Parts: sequence; structure tokens; C-alpha cells
Amino acid sequence: MSTKTQAARDAARPQETEAARPRPQAGPQAGARSEAAGQEGSAMELVVSRILQGGVLASAVTIALGLALWALTGQNGYGPGRPPAGWGAILQDAVRLRPMAVVQAGLGLLVLTPIFRVAASVVWFVQQRDWVYVAITAAVLLLLLGSLLAGSLGFASAAASPLY
Amino acid sequence: MGFDGAAVLAVFVLAAFAGFAGALLGMGGGAILTPLLAAGMGYPIRSVIGASVVSVIATSSGAAAAYVRDRLTHLRIAMFLELATASGALAGAYLSQHLPVRWLYWLFAGLLGYSAVSMFQRRYLETGSALPESPLARRLQLEGTYFDPALGRAVAFRAGRVGWGFAVMLAAGSLGGALGISAGVFKVLGLDLVMGLPIKVSTATSNFMVGVTGAAAAGVYLARGEVDPALAGPVALGVLAGAFAGSRVLPRLRGRAIRYLFVPLLGYLALEMLRKGAGL
Repeated sequence: MSTKTQAARDAARPQETEAARPRPQAGPQAGARSEAAGQEGSAMELVVSRILQGGVLASAVTIALGLALWALTGQNGYGPGRPPAGWGAILQDAVRLRPMAVVQAGLGLLVLTPIFRVAASVVWFVQQRDWVYVAITAAVLLLLLGSLLAGSLGFASAAASPLY
Repeated sequence: MGFDGAAVLAVFVLAAFAGFAGALLGMGGGAILTPLLAAGMGYPIRSVIGASVVSVIATSSGAAAAYVRDRLTHLRIAMFLELATASGALAGAYLSQHLPVRWLYWLFAGLLGYSAVSMFQRRYLETGSALPESPLARRLQLEGTYFDPALGRAVAFRAGRVGWGFAVMLAAGSLGGALGISAGVFKVLGLDLVMGLPIKVSTATSNFMVGVTGAAAAGVYLARGEVDPALAGPVALGVLAGAFAGSRVLPRLRGRAIRYLFVPLLGYLALEMLRKGAGL
């Protein structure tokens, strides 16, 4: 049934039918870049790509450091107690190199990466004077920051989870 | 608490698998990771939920750099729909404190089963579907072009049924926040089935979106102390590595291959969730 519908769709859009031969695998990405060149947003996409890579790398290194400390000392830095909750406690203990807090800090960096990414896109849309998307991305950013703030202020002290 | 190297390594490997699949299929990988860690390795469900919220961001961030560069992630579509998913996730993260988990498993199983059937029905669709033009899509510039190495040509696309897509994203966000998963499956469904975008654009855009939505939820979980770093740390590292690899593979795959990977996974996950919902 779906085969038939699809045939009808392809007939209606002949330019969308599949190419007979796939392009040789030699340089598909170079092809993608050259075809994409000249379209808006390529500079932005490069910047965003770099932000993501940098944030991810910093986070991965921090998490790996925390796990290495845990493996080397054989202790998580908290005994039977709870790892820190709340951003302040995490940062304080991470600076003291308590293994689980270092891991938490790395996870925090991971959480911040997409938020930085949204912030960067707000700036980009301002530069483009695309006010509809300035409003959309700013609203997304506010939602993200609001959730971080609400979680950090309202629930950190009241945490009574059975996790630990 | 001592360091268990074997357990950390096992978690890393499972997480790398989840990250690889998640990057290919536009999911956070949590839907794969949750049963593996909870049922497979016996970690407590609340601990697994915290780690899976983190894994979602790792999947997204590990793959996003390549997808943004290859123009598979559509920034405007992602940002517009992110309005719906981020607010939904925020609501869901709080709702989860008051909802019975079993009921959520059943809902999840039903939606996964439906996803499997609709994915299978669309298995021959390489590019987007032809939908009536949406004025909102034109106004919001929800259209674009990417170069498809597997097809050997550029593929143009435009979003259709924008209002419905937005509603599906709102629901996907709430469910994701409540279950501690990215609900990337439903985002892909919204982009692919509802809005008629090409499957690769759907999975890559969903992959990006789950990271932003996940950040909203994970910030809350992390600050609340509900993320167990002993589990979430190795999970994040494994998922990052797997997602990085997956994002290099996706552009070269046929859309059909992606859908064929999707269907059995969705079926399996639906059964897994039914089993958990039934308390077996």
C-alpha cells in the first residue's frame, strides 16, 4: 500500500527520484561543503560546531579525570554519604578533587554545552536581524536557564531521593 | 564506595552502543540504555533515569558537531520546535514525581509499537513526503537543502503540517521529561511522519533537539542530586564515543537502511516496556 503511494509521490516529483549510481566514496564531505557553500548560516554552523566540540572535549576530560581519581584512590570522596547536590557544592568539592564531584562537574559542563549553543544562535540571529528567530531562540534560552535555576534553588536542599 | 573497574568498563561499552544507535536514529540513546542498565545490569531504576538524562546530552553533543557541519541538522526547524519540547520537558520532569511509573511504561510501549508500524510503512521513502505547503513553514523558513552522499545528489525539503508537528513535540517533551528519556523516537516521528522531512534530516535534527531538551531536564536532575556520578560518568564517556562514531556513519547510509534499523529496535523496546509495565 505504501509502495503504491510512494510510487505516486515519486511520479509527482520526478526531480526527487533516486540517482542511479551513488557517488564514489572518495569525497562526499567535500561535495557536501561545496554544494552548501554560499547558503546562509555556514559561518554560524562552523562556530556552533566548534563550540560543541570544545564543550564536549572539556567535559569528557573532566569526567575521565574524576573516574581516574576514583580508580586510583579507590574512594569516591564521600564514603557512604551522598555526592554533592547543587551547583555550588559540586564546584567547591570538584576544586578539592573529590572524585565524584569532579565527575559531577564534567557532567555539568556537558549540560552547559547545548545551552551555550542556544545562546550562540541568539547572537547569530540578532546579527542577521531575524527578529522572529531572536524571539524564538531567546525564549528557548530562557526556558533552559529557568529550569536550571528552578532545579538548583528549589530542589537541591529538599532532595530526598533514594539514590544513595 | 570502591571502584569496580569491570562494572565501569561494562557500562562504558553498553553506553557506546547506545550512543552509536542513538546518533543514527535521532534518539538520545536512553531508550536503549535504560533497559540495558536496569534490566541487564541491575542498577536501580531511579539511578538509571538520572544517568540516561545525562546520556541524552552526550549523544546529542557527540554527534551534533558533524551533523551541523553536514547540514543535516536544520537549525531553524530545531529551534522552533525546541520551544515545544523544552517547555514540555520541564513540565514532565516535575510531573514524574507524582505519576505512577507503571502507567508511563504502558503509554511508552503503545507509542513505540505505533512508531514501529508507521516506520515500516514508510520504508521506501528516501526523501521527504509531498505535503500541502504550510504558510507557517514559509514564514518561519522551515526549509532547506542537504547533500546526500548515499543518493549522490542534493535533497531539498520543506516542513509541512507545522501546527501538528509543534503539538507532537510538546507531547514528546513532556513524556521525555517524565520518563527521564529524550523521547527522540517521537521527535523523529514528528519530523518524519507528521512534518514530512527526509529521514536523515529528521534523525539529525531530532538528535540536536534531544540535547537541548535534555539540558533542561538534566540541569534539574543534576542540581537535585539525582544523578549518580558513579554510573552517569562512565555512561557519558561511552555515549560520547559511540555517538561520535555514529555521526560519521549516518550520511553514507540509505534512508531505507535507517528505517530498517528503526523497526526491530522499536518493536523490541515496545515489548521491553510492556514487560516492565506488567511488573515481570
